[in-house]
Amino acid sequence: MWNSWNNSTNACGSNLRASTLLFGALLIGALFAAIQAAAQSTPLISGGTAFLTNTSGGNTSYLPTVMPLLAAPLGSHLLVEGRATLLEDFYPSGGSYSHIHYVALSYMQLNYLVSSHLTVVAGEYLTPFGSYNERLTPIWIGNFQDPPLSYGLGVGTGSSVGGMLRGSAVSTSDYSIDYAAYYSAASSNQNFSSQNSWGGRSSIYMPRQRFEIGASFARVTSQEKTNNVGVHAWWGPADSSFKLRSEYDHGTHSQGYWMEADYRLSHFGGPDTAIGRLEPVFRWQQAFRNSPDSSDGLPSTDTREVDAGLDYHLPHEVRINTSYSRQLSSTGDRNIWQTGIVYRFLFPAWRSK
Amino acid sequence: MTLQHRFVPLVLLWVFALPLLSQAGGAPASGDGNGTKRRDRQSAVHQSDGERKFAQNCGRCHTPPESFSPHISATIVRHMRVRASLSKQDEEDILRFLNP
Repeated sequence: MWNSWNNSTNACGSNLRASTLLFGALLIGALFAAIQAAAQSTPLISGGTAFLTNTSGGNTSYLPTVMPLLAAPLGSHLLVEGRATLLEDFYPSGGSYSHIHYVALSYMQLNYLVSSHLTVVAGEYLTPFGSYNERLTPIWIGNFQDPPLSYGLGVGTGSSVGGMLRGSAVSTSDYSIDYAAYYSAASSNQNFSSQNSWGGRSSIYMPRQRFEIGASFARVTSQEKTNNVGVHAWWGPADSSFKLRSEYDHGTHSQGYWMEADYRLSHFGGPDTAIGRLEPVFRWQQAFRNSPDSSDGLPSTDTREVDAGLDYHLPHEVRINTSYSRQLSSTGDRNIWQTGIVYRFLFPAWRSK
Repeated sequence: MTLQHRFVPLVLLWVFALPLLSQAGGAPASGDGNGTKRRDRQSAVHQSDGERKFAQNCGRCHTPPESFSPHISATIVRHMRVRASLSKQDEEDILRFLNP
C-alpha cells in the first residue's frame, strides 16, 4: 500500500493544498448542515492515527499517518460520510532521509436510506468488491499494514465515482443476505480518481455459525475491458475470539488468494490481562501472473508471501502491531519487518447539550 | 502457475489448533476487548435482539469501542447500517441496545 501511495505522491504534490481545502470544505459543510441533529445523532469524527515503520531490504521508512472519518446524519434518511488519509513518509535517500506528503480522500459519499432494504449511495465510495476494501482498510482495523497481494483486483484505485444501490435483502435470526450494485464513471481528477466500471457483490451470513460467504463481480471498461470475480469466506466462531478470513480473486491477467487468521488470547485470564491483550495474527497469500499487466496492482511475477505478527492491545484504544513477512518470487526473495502503534478515536464533532 | 504447498500444514495447524485452545481455556465466552459497560451488559442472562445483533455483526470486522458519547450512538449505528448493510430493524435493535 505504501508503495502505491508513494508512487502517487509525486503527482499529488501540486494538489496537496487543493485536496486539503476540498476535504475541509466538505467537512465544514456537512457539520453545519447537521447542526440541528437529534440528541443521539450528533455528527461524529472517528478513525485512527498511527506511527508506522516499514523495513524492507535493510531500508526503514517511518510513516506517521492520520485517517479521519466524518459521519453526519441529515434528517432521518440521509447520511454524509467521508474518510481521508494524511500521511508523511520519511524514507532513506542518499545517506539521509527525505520525506513526502500524501493527502487524499478515500471516499466522500451521500447515503439516502430509501427503505429498510435499500440505500442509494452517490459520490465517491469504496468499491464494493471482495471483503478487504470496505471492511479492513481502516488502519485501526487491519491486522497488517499492507493489504493482500491481490487487493487491486476488482477495486482498481479502491474508490469509484458514481452511484451504488446496497442494503440488506433479507435478515432473519438464521441468515441474512446483503447486496451492493454499482456503476462508476472514469475520473482522472486526482481527488476523485476512478475507473469506468460496474459490478456488485452479494453475501450470505449465518449468524448462529458466524459464517459468511460471498461473491463479487466487476467489469472494468476504462481501457481494456476486463472481468474480475472474487469469492470470500469469513468465519469467527461464537464464544471464541478466533477469526478466519479468506478471499480468492481472479482477473484477466492475474489471480490471487489470501487467508488470514487472528486470535485474541482473551480466554487466558480475560481481555485485560497481560496475556489476554496479546493477539497473534497470521496471513498466507499467493498471487499468480497469467499475462503482463502493469495496471492491476499485482506483482509482475508469481509471488507467495507469509505474514506473521503479534499485536498487543493497550488500554484506551491503543494497539501495538508487529509483523514479519517473507516474500518469495522469481524476482527475488525479501524480508519485510513492520511495526506500528495505532490509536483509534471516536468522538462527537461538537459538544451536545 | 504452480501452487506451492510448503506452508499449507502450518496454516492448517494454526487454523485448527487455536479454536481448540480457546475451548480448553474454559473462560467466559465474551472478551474481545470491550469496555466495562458493555461487558456487564453481555454478562446478562437474557440476551436482547439488539445485543445479539451487536455481537453478531459488529464483531465480524472490529472490536467495539471501549466507550463513546451517547450523543453519537445513532450516528454510529446509521453509519454501520450503510457500511455493514444492516436492515432498518437491525439498526433499531442495536440502537436500543446501545441506548436502552
